[in-house]
Amino acid sequence: MSIKTTSYYRDRYVRHLPTSFCTGCGNGMILNSFVRAVDELGVDLEKILSVSGIGCSAWIPSPHFNSDTLHVTHGRAIPFATGAKIFNNELTTVVFTGDGDGAGIGGNHLIHAARRNIDITTILVNNFSYAMTGGQVAPTTLLGLKTLTSPYGNLERPFDLCKLMQAAGATYVARWTTYHIRELRRSIMAALKNKGFSFVEVLSQCPIQQRRLFNLRPSDQLDMSSQILEMFKESTYIRHMPREENYFYIVPKGELSLSRRKVSNILSENSVEYKIGEVDRLFFGRILKVECRNIESFKKSLNLVKRFAKIGKVLRSRSGKIGLGVFVSKSSKEFTDSMREISAFEKGVEV
Amino acid sequence: MTLHIVKKEYIRSETPSLSHVKDSSTRVQNGSVTMKNQEVVGFNGDEAVAYAVKQSDVNVIAAYPITPQTIIVERLSEYVADGDIDSEFVCVESEHSALSACIGASLTGARVFTATASQGLALMHEVLYATSGLRCPIVMAVVNRALSAPINIHNDRSDMMGSRDCGWVQIYAENSQEVYDWIIQAFRISEHQNIQLPIAVNLDGFVISHSMENVYVLPNKDVKKFLPPRKTRYKIDPTHPISFGGLFLQDYYYELKRQQEEALRQTSKILDQVGKEYYKISGREYGSLEVCGMEDADVAILCMGSTAGTVRSVLRKLRADGKKVGLIKLWLYRPFPIDELFSVIENLKALVVMDMALSFGAPFGALCSDVASILQIKKKDLKIFNVIYGLGGRDITPSEIEDIFNDALEIAKTGIVKDYVKFVGVRE
Repeated sequence: MSIKTTSYYRDRYVRHLPTSFCTGCGNGMILNSFVRAVDELGVDLEKILSVSGIGCSAWIPSPHFNSDTLHVTHGRAIPFATGAKIFNNELTTVVFTGDGDGAGIGGNHLIHAARRNIDITTILVNNFSYAMTGGQVAPTTLLGLKTLTSPYGNLERPFDLCKLMQAAGATYVARWTTYHIRELRRSIMAALKNKGFSFVEVLSQCPIQQRRLFNLRPSDQLDMSSQILEMFKESTYIRHMPREENYFYIVPKGELSLSRRKVSNILSENSVEYKIGEVDRLFFGRILKVECRNIESFKKSLNLVKRFAKIGKVLRSRSGKIGLGVFVSKSSKEFTDSMREISAFEKGVEV
Repeated sequence: MTLHIVKKEYIRSETPSLSHVKDSSTRVQNGSVTMKNQEVVGFNGDEAVAYAVKQSDVNVIAAYPITPQTIIVERLSEYVADGDIDSEFVCVESEHSALSACIGASLTGARVFTATASQGLALMHEVLYATSGLRCPIVMAVVNRALSAPINIHNDRSDMMGSRDCGWVQIYAENSQEVYDWIIQAFRISEHQNIQLPIAVNLDGFVISHSMENVYVLPNKDVKKFLPPRKTRYKIDPTHPISFGGLFLQDYYYELKRQQEEALRQTSKILDQVGKEYYKISGREYGSLEVCGMEDADVAILCMGSTAGTVRSVLRKLRADGKKVGLIKLWLYRPFPIDELFSVIENLKALVVMDMALSFGAPFGALCSDVASILQIKKKDLKIFNVIYGLGGRDITPSEIEDIFNDALEIAKTGIVKDYVKFVGVRE
């Protein structure tokens, strides 16, 4: 594969620049991954229909992506796409939606499209809130997170959308974050290739609303995106990769710097070789990460740390993390094909 | 029967200085009523709604907090979280669910509030009819915005006009002050034993909902006294089981709808009563409609909502030039205040009706159709024409309104109406 320049993609696939997204938004990255996936698969642009509802994610294809785009009402992108796909099943139909749009107000359509296994690729951008309208509580907002409509913490449990889609019968289900941009592109390719309902959830950063949501305070607002990406990296694991055993997380009780100093002191006294740092984690906020080459020596001094360093919790490498990867990849009868078979059978025509 | 018409002077009165009001010991005179203890707060329309709801001791608030929702529910969620109000607040997954949840709560006897706008109201459409049919006294703030497609978020009244016949009482406010006052009165009116109907208080999107204004707010105790807790004879109560929303076919459905219509028509009377009571505590007068300069006017503009403010300022200018122009501002759109309207247009020669929504294919916009149909009965010789304006948030300017007035004066002189429907402010 020859190296393609940015202008190559821009000239062929993007109709309208600059995008309307905020500086550091994840949507541009998702558009980029999608464009590259389409390019690599060699799908005819005239055969692609992108449907989107309301929300920032809806602006990924409309008006930027250089194919047919349809920008519709809140939450109803999938029904519109279903209509288009049923009549013209040559179309590669892609739905871009957000967590509030696709899983909140349009949640019903999402599960029924998956159940029907209609050949639509749904790319759901999950930023854990309704971000366009100011960061209100969404069906994916984690328990306890503060939003505009839950100023003292969210009381409702979030959806695990991939498991929901798996249960509803989608034939390709994957979850990535904007940190895992190459994996995301490969998943979008697989989803576009899959004949059936494909669902790709992308955990994405919103440098504007997630400041409050995750209580992030970078020294410079321009660092916000990269800080959220780092947080995604620390808060997720890839399901099929072997478990990493050489680090632990320590949730401090009280002040972070104090806990850090105490933990460092105890580990040094017990001559453990270690590297300590501060990381952001979903659910936990800013916590300590301790890496050791010889993890057994750390485990031995763990009791001392627990007793003397005034800490809340010690987390193993995967605990409390969100699993990424491909959840489902199977083949099953596609809906529009079944419809055509039936009508052919009624007419007495061989398919 | 004496009709209650609110009159406003077009000669600008001295506005009371704010320093007087801040000092609660000083009484600011407004007509014959003292406005003691009223605080002046900077509110946009949304915040005025939220504050009025806060003071109204609402039991349940159910809303979908997202597009096209406004700041109303955000403020309310803050009030609830801060413990400022003792309400149950639930964020549901769509507007359809929001109003459905409101009905459920209202049937158990709670005082219920919700808010929505444009597409949200459209999504509620099915439930709007259920609300009025089940006679649930729910108050809803509707921030008027345009409907899709193409996507637009700005002010016009396509949303509420689309749900015009849903059996709700429909009120249009002109500014944040009116929004605040109407919300408080709306609870009283809707919960009246003879009414028991939902009320939609409409405020123009962005023009009112997002513009900061001075709002005189009543002290909490005054509102509490004005608005005692809701009492209802029929509610979901395990000790006295009642069925709601049963199957009514050819046998009883018609009777029920007739009763509903009767209740809606009575609202006008109750609204006047409540308005008079509210005047006593606030010094601000409300009714079905407000007129300005109508005593000797030859031509008049009839409009609703924020447009009335612009028209009034143009009216002042034209009056200074000696032109006899007037303004009729409808507060109450449903039930339509027929008698009140007749009483003010008796001496008119030409009337302009301004619609901020298109009624596609209809002879006029929705408001003008109503006016035209009743004129046919009682005052055939009045020349009337319809102005469609402001779709999708297109601003209407004072100069455009001046042109409309001048057109009307021309018609009053010649007696010939050339265009019955005028599209003002559109490029064509």
